[in-house]
Amino acid sequence: MSTTYRQGTVAAVALPDVLPPLVRRGRTRTFLRRHPTIAAGGALIALMLAIAVFAPWLGTVDPTAIDPIHRLADPSARHWFGTDMLGRDVWSRTLYGARISLLVGFSVAFCAGAAGTLVGVAAGFIRVLDGVLMRIMDGLMSIPPILLAIALMALTRASVQNVIFAISVSEFPRVSRLVRGIVLSLREQPFVEAAVAAGTRLPRIILRHILPNTVAALLVQATYTCASAMITEAILSFIGAGTPPIIPSWGNIMAEGRALWEIKPYIVFFPAFFLSVTVLAVNLLGDGLRDALDPRLAKRL
Amino acid sequence: MIPLLEVTDLKKHFPIRGGVLGRVTNHVYAVDGVSFDIARGETLSLVGESGCGKSTVGRAVLRLIAPTAGEVRLDGERIDNLPAAQLRRLRQRVQVVFQDPFSSLSPRQKVREIIAEPIVNFGLARGAALESRIAGLLEKVRLPRDAMDRYPHEFSGGQRQRICIARALAPDPDLIVCDEAVSALDVSVKAQIVNLLAELQDALGLALLFISHDLAIVEHLTHRVAVMYLGKIVEVADRRTLFSRAHHPYTRALLSAVPVPDPAAKRQRMILTGDVPSPIHPPSGCRFHTRCPFAFDRCRTEEPVLRRVAEGQVSACHLDVPDAPAAA
Repeated sequence: MSTTYRQGTVAAVALPDVLPPLVRRGRTRTFLRRHPTIAAGGALIALMLAIAVFAPWLGTVDPTAIDPIHRLADPSARHWFGTDMLGRDVWSRTLYGARISLLVGFSVAFCAGAAGTLVGVAAGFIRVLDGVLMRIMDGLMSIPPILLAIALMALTRASVQNVIFAISVSEFPRVSRLVRGIVLSLREQPFVEAAVAAGTRLPRIILRHILPNTVAALLVQATYTCASAMITEAILSFIGAGTPPIIPSWGNIMAEGRALWEIKPYIVFFPAFFLSVTVLAVNLLGDGLRDALDPRLAKRL
Repeated sequence: MIPLLEVTDLKKHFPIRGGVLGRVTNHVYAVDGVSFDIARGETLSLVGESGCGKSTVGRAVLRLIAPTAGEVRLDGERIDNLPAAQLRRLRQRVQVVFQDPFSSLSPRQKVREIIAEPIVNFGLARGAALESRIAGLLEKVRLPRDAMDRYPHEFSGGQRQRICIARALAPDPDLIVCDEAVSALDVSVKAQIVNLLAELQDALGLALLFISHDLAIVEHLTHRVAVMYLGKIVEVADRRTLFSRAHHPYTRALLSAVPVPDPAAKRQRMILTGDVPSPIHPPSGCRFHTRCPFAFDRCRTEEPVLRRVAEGQVSACHLDVPDAPAAA
């Protein structure tokens, strides 16, 4: 070995041709083939969203209109899903119920995600707050989420906003733990240190380097939060601690059909089926996203 | 003449907390009194085995960690005790290239954003000027212009390291700390990056603090070498002197561990026995006495100081044998 390198006898070669050309290949089809679970989950969720949005035009009547003469009618051409004990149309009620479930699911996923991110980033970056915040989160997580939601609902009036609030409170500690863990591992990463050396201020580091790298995990967590919020909403409504009975939600419909489920099982069956399909769809999407966003498979992004 | 970077008696001790109350039970003496300086346009290599504290020195110079004691001066101005706001201004002049080209680039930023970050932070250019500056930097590190709109995962390790170098060059620094900057690369890519660094240094008059454990690489691009052992510098010499007439027994052991690309070459290897002592309980006297084949009584009690043994060569050893044969 000698110092010939310095004299430039072996110069560093230019690399113009080494990179493959920039191609954004025909995307949708490739994407669907690679991620069938995302496609299936996404399609089912899109269907449910369409049902919720277009409920008034899908052969429904006023879901709260009572018609005692035709109560407990079996499914027929006139009442596709039959009627309940007050003669209300179960098809209409189930379709309108999708609005509540999706609203609660998405709102909780968003609120819990936002609150959890805030707390997680604060705990991850501010050492003195870390212990305090995480012990509070431990405390919240030690109470079963359903019980916490019931307790919170018992303190307030039954309304959709309160349901969203109560479920968000019981869900967000999990998100905050997740975010804190990611933040703690990211802040030691060389690219964050390089940003510090490059003179980037802390808020910008959080915004440009930390948050974009937590999005994948947050998105996956959000789908699970969403699914579990829909189930919690149904449970709360079922036991009468959730959405007010006047608003049709899947939990409410099941609660009202419960007394008659041995003779008129369809009243419980239809909303339960919709709930299961929706939760399944959200979970499929979450699983698909987790696989697709896995950093080890970053090339597929 | 004032050196560009002057480090005086730098110390970094990491506390070890133990027990339920998290009391400080001990310290890791990662860096324990290190002094060196770097002139403008000069390369100083900091070599030593893993765990000797060389990366900690680099991080302390960059103020990614606050030193426990000692002074770091940039152009004569103390930077080790500056408050964050004033420090940020000075960060423009000292940049860094890390070892792992995969984790040192954010996977969610395009190359354009990565390189633009320091330029924008220090308010050096914007708009079209920013664009042409980024293009110029990519050209300097020999990456095609269309690399700008790609994400780091589309590049190989060597190409990523070029992006890291472009980012380090972006704010026009005076000094770049290369923390094992080529250690994670394959041999051929390593040579390319080393040559690139050497060329850039010639062209831009950069000073480099080149932290490495690989003496063969160091030999190609350094002006001076500082050898670290267990948190202390044991020898500093210019390249020629160090590779031909190393004084400190540890340096000689390191040199004899460098592979020679000639299977027929006969040479005397100096093989150290035992492990590096723990930096929590460093040995008394000379820190190297536990492994030194020449250790005698004085080494166990009295700590040697760096003293001049030849022109441009200082060494911390009680032995007085500057002419001992170095590695072939």
